[in-house]
Amino acid sequence: MTRALLGLDQGTVARARELAAAAAAPVIELAKAHTTVAVERATLRLAGITGADSTHRAGDVPWVNRVVDTVRDHCGLEQGSLLPVFHALREHDLGTLTELAEATAAGQVRFALPEGKDRDRAAKAARSAVGKGMRQVDRSRAQRAKLVEKIGDPQQRPWIYLIVATGDIDEDVVQACNAARAGADIIAVIRSTGQSLLDYVPEGATHRGFAGTYATQENFRIMRAALDEVSKEVGRYIRLTNYASGLCMPEIAVLGGLERLDMMLNDCMYGILFRDINPIRTFVDQRFSRQVHARAGIIINTGEDNYLTTDDAVDAAHTVTVSQLLNERFAHEAGLPDELLGLGHAFEINPDLPDSFRMELAHALLAREVFPDAPLKWMPPTKHMTGDVFRGHLLDGFFNLAGVLTGQSILLVGMMTEAVVTPFLSDRDLAVANVRYVLNAAGNLAEDFRPAPDGFIVKRAHLVLDEAVGLLERIGRDGLLKAIAEGTFGLMKRPPEGGKGADGVVVKAEEYYNPAIEMLETGATK
Amino acid sequence: MTSRYVRPYGDTTGDGMVQMSLTVPVPHGPKAEGAAAQLAAKMGIEPAMVVHSHAIGPDFTFVVVYGSVKHLIDLDEVKVVEREYPLLSPTEINTSVKKSLRRKMVVVGACIGTDAHTVGIDAILNIKGFAGQKGLEYYRELRVVNLGAQVAVPDLVKRARSEKADAVLVSQVVTQRDAHLLNTKEMAAAFREAMGERRPLLVAGGPRFDPLQAGELGVDRVFGRGTTPGEVASFLVHAMSHKEKVA
Repeated sequence: MTRALLGLDQGTVARARELAAAAAAPVIELAKAHTTVAVERATLRLAGITGADSTHRAGDVPWVNRVVDTVRDHCGLEQGSLLPVFHALREHDLGTLTELAEATAAGQVRFALPEGKDRDRAAKAARSAVGKGMRQVDRSRAQRAKLVEKIGDPQQRPWIYLIVATGDIDEDVVQACNAARAGADIIAVIRSTGQSLLDYVPEGATHRGFAGTYATQENFRIMRAALDEVSKEVGRYIRLTNYASGLCMPEIAVLGGLERLDMMLNDCMYGILFRDINPIRTFVDQRFSRQVHARAGIIINTGEDNYLTTDDAVDAAHTVTVSQLLNERFAHEAGLPDELLGLGHAFEINPDLPDSFRMELAHALLAREVFPDAPLKWMPPTKHMTGDVFRGHLLDGFFNLAGVLTGQSILLVGMMTEAVVTPFLSDRDLAVANVRYVLNAAGNLAEDFRPAPDGFIVKRAHLVLDEAVGLLERIGRDGLLKAIAEGTFGLMKRPPEGGKGADGVVVKAEEYYNPAIEMLETGATK
Repeated sequence: MTSRYVRPYGDTTGDGMVQMSLTVPVPHGPKAEGAAAQLAAKMGIEPAMVVHSHAIGPDFTFVVVYGSVKHLIDLDEVKVVEREYPLLSPTEINTSVKKSLRRKMVVVGACIGTDAHTVGIDAILNIKGFAGQKGLEYYRELRVVNLGAQVAVPDLVKRARSEKADAVLVSQVVTQRDAHLLNTKEMAAAFREAMGERRPLLVAGGPRFDPLQAGELGVDRVFGRGTTPGEVASFLVHAMSHKEKVA
């Protein structure tokens, strides 16, 4: 979609992008210079380690955690986990990585860094194993393309995005299939509260979660298989979304790639700001996970809506633009093209303010015109949903109207019972009917919509863009890490040395070896 | 003057009109509408008018019912539970802390013992929050120190002291062999021993706690399932200003 209703100065837009790239550059260097326990675990998952140690007293511990922790104890992770793991496999004459993991748990393996010929042999074996995983990711991507070709995409834009969250994967399947029949194009399975702070990925099919369902490889597989069935029934390919965020971001990305998820929530700063995860850990994990998403053809969804729920949606509007530009830069650097960039924004202005809807239109159009080729994700009101379900339903109607009028790509359907209960069956049905009415009545209204060149909407959009450039200049002077430490985004102050998961960050040695990163960067399959 | 006996008001005093919407697990049709009307009658809505119904998938029907309730409301019998402390907005809480303490209130949170479930404490403390409310980190006048999981009681006491904590929040999810009760008692005793009357406010929370247990456990307050950050923050403000007055 190329439209130019706001008459934005292309020089200003280009300047904003340059500033974002300059602000991101040192952070990208930082990300390249470190590895994390999660990146190592994700790589071992690509190499084929699955399953968990069910005999541990703390409950199931995934084998990848057992192995990476032990390698770290024995010889450090500065050179990565792959060389010691594949060296040990040979030294101990074990048939499979699972056997190695079991022997590790039993305390029978001594990991060491191989040298000379041993090193070459270990590197070759590691590369061959990781290549198998990478080709599985490639096959999933090809299969998605084939299914979309055969079954078809939704007929309309925006695509309709609905959430399920029962805590029980079997119950989720029922709800997801019904949501697809009711009109959903995308199903997101919300994760259990607090999964982002677990430093491991749970195993198997799960039936009990807190306000959501655990993201596990098996749950991914179950839901994708169910949606493939219902896709055939409804005649359009239903996309599946999960969350590559938190301490296991890289591993979730790999599991999503293997199991053909289609979208992942993945923001460059969300974990830092809203989950108090260490900034360096986040940037390292984020880069790897985005490289995997690029490879897997997974659309990322960024989390700018969150800034507006914590900060004021009018005063902080420009922080959304800044974050979108940073997310874009980090994503491009990791190899994600525009068509996989579901940059986020939200309808969160206080409805009691005069001209609130005109401001929403200005902000939504600004995002549309600054990122013309990105599948923007438009998020519904949550902060000003009060429990007055009737008013909420009206607000959701205006949100839907703003979405179609400004050409948004992915529309997360708002529920009138937001902040009251988890949606009833009827809430979801009424919400989708609301979207359908607006699409049917005004789906093509964008053709006639021309905000006055000197009018309120155009001026507001220009102001927000200028404020964004101003903030980017400040970030450029002080550095992004300092800006985050000072509470620039979402009011949260997060110093670079603080936060959860900091102890899982390791400075790479010159000899660091990870064939996955190279394959992700070059596109190699072997 | 409001009369003692009242009925819901539609457009005429005493008409008793209410509206209701519901979904029945019955395929759309006269049977589904009849089912909704029967339920309405049992609820005292008589006569009930089914004004709308539509199918939600093959197995469910959404129904909107209007009708007059035969019940009377006796206002003398309306017993309102008076909350011992008012529920304040974030702005009110910030203002109140500023006024009563003239500095930030320090809140230290942790999961104690071997419990690794930080879900509860994170829902209350993380800015992400819970049930649509931001966590305590969001409050400008609160300084939150979240120590995370598996914090030993002596470490918690030490840290609370060095941070000059005004309040200590502990969450406990695991209840095997009453671990949550024993851990909480141990924590309360440790604070009593180390700091006596100068100990911070102690608050315990978790899905299996009974709010009536506070005294027995030796803490100032116990929060159960479904507690929101706003309730906790409001309590802290209330308890702190109360303490100031007593002291």
